[in-house]
Amino acid sequence: MSTTISRPPARGSRRRRSSTTDRGFNRVFRWIAVGAGATILAVLAAVALFLISEAWPAIMASPEELASGVPRYPEDTSLLGYLGPLVYGTILAAVLALVIAVPVSMGIALFISHYAPRRLSQLLGALVDLLAAIPSVIYGLWGFFTLAPVLTPFWLWLNDNLGWFPFWGGQASPTGRSMATVGIVLAIMILPIITAVSREVFLQTPRLHEEAALALGATRWEVVRTAVLPFGRSGVISASMLGLGRALGETMAVLMILSPGFTYSLDILAAGQHQTIAAYIAADFPESTGLGVNTLIAAGLALFVITLAVNMAARWVVARRKDFSGAN
Amino acid sequence: MAQRIDTKDLNIYYSSFLAVEAVNMTIEPKSVTALIGPSGCGKSTFLRTLNRMHEVIPGARVEGHVEMDGVDLYGPNVDPVAVRKNVGMVFQRPNPFPTMSIRDNVLAGVKLNNKRISKSDADDLVESSLHGANLWNEVKDRLDRPGSGLSGGQQQRLCIARAIAIKPQVLLMDEPCSALDPISTIAIEDLIGELKNDYTIVIVTHNMQQAARVSDRTGFFNIAGTGKPGKLIEMDDTATIFSSPAEKATEDYVSGRFG
Amino acid sequence: MSVATESSSPGGSPDTARLLATVDPARRRTDRTMQVLIYIAFALAMIPLIWLIWTVVAQGADRISIDFLTQSMRNIFGGDPRGGIYHAIAGTVIITLLATVISVPIGILTAIYLVEYGKGWLARSVTFFVDVMTGIPSIVAGLFAFSLFALIFGPSVRIGIMGAVALSVLMIPVVVRSCEEMLKLVPNELREASYALGVPKWLTIVKVVLRTSVAGLTTGVLLAVARVVGETAPLLVTVGVTDSINFNPFEGRMMTLPVFAYRQYSQGNAPCPGGDSATCVADIASQNAWGAALVLIAMVLALNLIGRLITRWFAPKLG
Repeated sequence: MSTTISRPPARGSRRRRSSTTDRGFNRVFRWIAVGAGATILAVLAAVALFLISEAWPAIMASPEELASGVPRYPEDTSLLGYLGPLVYGTILAAVLALVIAVPVSMGIALFISHYAPRRLSQLLGALVDLLAAIPSVIYGLWGFFTLAPVLTPFWLWLNDNLGWFPFWGGQASPTGRSMATVGIVLAIMILPIITAVSREVFLQTPRLHEEAALALGATRWEVVRTAVLPFGRSGVISASMLGLGRALGETMAVLMILSPGFTYSLDILAAGQHQTIAAYIAADFPESTGLGVNTLIAAGLALFVITLAVNMAARWVVARRKDFSGAN
Repeated sequence: MAQRIDTKDLNIYYSSFLAVEAVNMTIEPKSVTALIGPSGCGKSTFLRTLNRMHEVIPGARVEGHVEMDGVDLYGPNVDPVAVRKNVGMVFQRPNPFPTMSIRDNVLAGVKLNNKRISKSDADDLVESSLHGANLWNEVKDRLDRPGSGLSGGQQQRLCIARAIAIKPQVLLMDEPCSALDPISTIAIEDLIGELKNDYTIVIVTHNMQQAARVSDRTGFFNIAGTGKPGKLIEMDDTATIFSSPAEKATEDYVSGRFG
Repeated sequence: MSVATESSSPGGSPDTARLLATVDPARRRTDRTMQVLIYIAFALAMIPLIWLIWTVVAQGADRISIDFLTQSMRNIFGGDPRGGIYHAIAGTVIITLLATVISVPIGILTAIYLVEYGKGWLARSVTFFVDVMTGIPSIVAGLFAFSLFALIFGPSVRIGIMGAVALSVLMIPVVVRSCEEMLKLVPNELREASYALGVPKWLTIVKVVLRTSVAGLTTGVLLAVARVVGETAPLLVTVGVTDSINFNPFEGRMMTLPVFAYRQYSQGNAPCPGGDSATCVADIASQNAWGAALVLIAMVLALNLIGRLITRWFAPKLG
């Protein structure tokens, strides 16, 4: 009893005392949080710095040094000339994936936001997101063992009958280990990110604009065309760029499916024509030493710069959109 | 151009909730019919059944009949899209399409129906519709600017121009002035007075003075309590409703005793 | 309209009936076509999902056994159907745990910074670069970890912690993003109520904000773990491969599940003179790969499922 009576003043004094130290604690906690935020910037800077420092010997090396120091390096080729086909292959794969994925993703996003029953939409969205959860090595296995054999007859048919079309010429691969198959697998892998972002934008379409279109006698598709798509255009653009960023950096699926080559060929049905930066690094890294490693890291640096540019552009589009949305 | 609408024993539901009960109403052609009543009494819900906009809300449905010149709008051979094309609507908040120019906003509905309208026809239609909405003189020099750059009252008149450009039989207005300042409100009210020469107009309003100013006939909706359905209590000439209504509830409402 | 026609047609005026009948059939058709296309688009996404999961289950289920889950590949060569993925499971668990230990404090504290303190240029650039960081290709994260450790320990170093660092680079932005969303859901009224009781800001954050959002934060962390647990490329360049069990992430190579699957895939068929037998199975490597893939996909899906269920079951009802 006596202790409870003596407590109130003690508690009061403790609180007063602690409030002075609290300022210190508050400050410490604040600095910890700020420090964590700054760590992010530091990590990104470190990624760039360490890549540059390890790529530097390859960047500075002469073509002769590269030819003697890196296995299978062609004679009289500068580093840029060497990386050129890889950059081309990377962009070709990513663009191919994007061409397939964007229309499908928009369809899925519209399905979830405007066509499917409202109650189901969350579940359907989660199902599509599951595609993003599947590890890329499993896409590689599936693409190589299951999908490529199934697609091969179709690719051969295209090659036989529509070979005059620029992309479908050359000698079609009898195993389906071509850029076309890779493009499809990459498209499946980037569907979820493009769908997720587009879906959010489509759902934000003001009800007022949709009703305005309906009241003018628009069919459901015409509502989508007059109110939803114009409103979501910039969102879809940035979603596509995020998907592009993903596809550019995807490693395992390309590594496991594509039969590699180092040309500037357009023949996406042919094997042994293309290779992407990421798959090239993963394929050669375990066996490389010395200047070979530096060359691979230089290739990685190139990939880093490309994806960084694409992602920053995408984020910039998103940020710009925020400025003028909501005004209406 | 203008046609009459009859509703017969119209019950309106949101899923299993009966929102409006047993409305029997006749809306005369080339007149202004005002619907008044306290918040939540179902007058906007009722309005949205006249162009089948009600059913775009999941679970919403109606029982009974809404007839335009004797044709049931909910009949088997009737397309809701065609209904909305013939029954135009103006909303509470002005909603021009933000990505379209003023000109394209006016033409939005027409382009859905007839994609290959010639440029001169389109120009004529834009001009006549904007004239019809008393907006032409204010915007004729900036038809290619975005519609969202206009003032609220101008935007609302743009929406009216957009609605009349598709030449509807009936024009529904859901509290068209509630988001506007008094001067814009007067402009819209004047416009309503002119539009009734060509169109059957139904207007929902919170503002009893407005109903008294613009309408020929007035319907009073009321609700018995929360969770109960709204009902059409009384419908008569506007002058009668505001001077000597038949029902006690109407008198209480128009004299400002509640709502 | 004459009176006679009106009365003779009980369905009302035929002119009006025509007006209200179907619109331009071409528009109807476009509407239907687009609807079908949009439904097809969704089906197109579901086909690979179901097909892929089905393939993994069908191909991998036969290989799963107690031995497969509890043995390593030490001293297993050629078409020998013995051995298993124990070393790979151990490696994946250790490296992923380490990555989580590195990423979660940084990620959550950064999220706290952005939600509770963040303003000005630093917060804006952190937000921007977190977004940019989500786009770093996984192989580049691996190269970064390699470069970092190569500068300190020489270019031939391959240890588990390198992989954990690489995975952290991929994991931190995901943790930040999802935790930021969760912290934003905590209503301001709760913070103000706490301040009004004289609780200092840091204690409010720890006791009120974090406690309210703990279920959401757990979900965010689990989903981030699910995302990196299947990463292959960064581990390939940092942790290397081994056939033996190694529990020490600070010394020696480690095997991980995704790398194991890739490794087995790239070995191709084994030569089995005289066809398949009890000691030699020609396609044992691809069987191993599918078996590992099944275990991996089960882990990822379980993490996803648990993560989502946690928020559903344990999240406090707000507002």
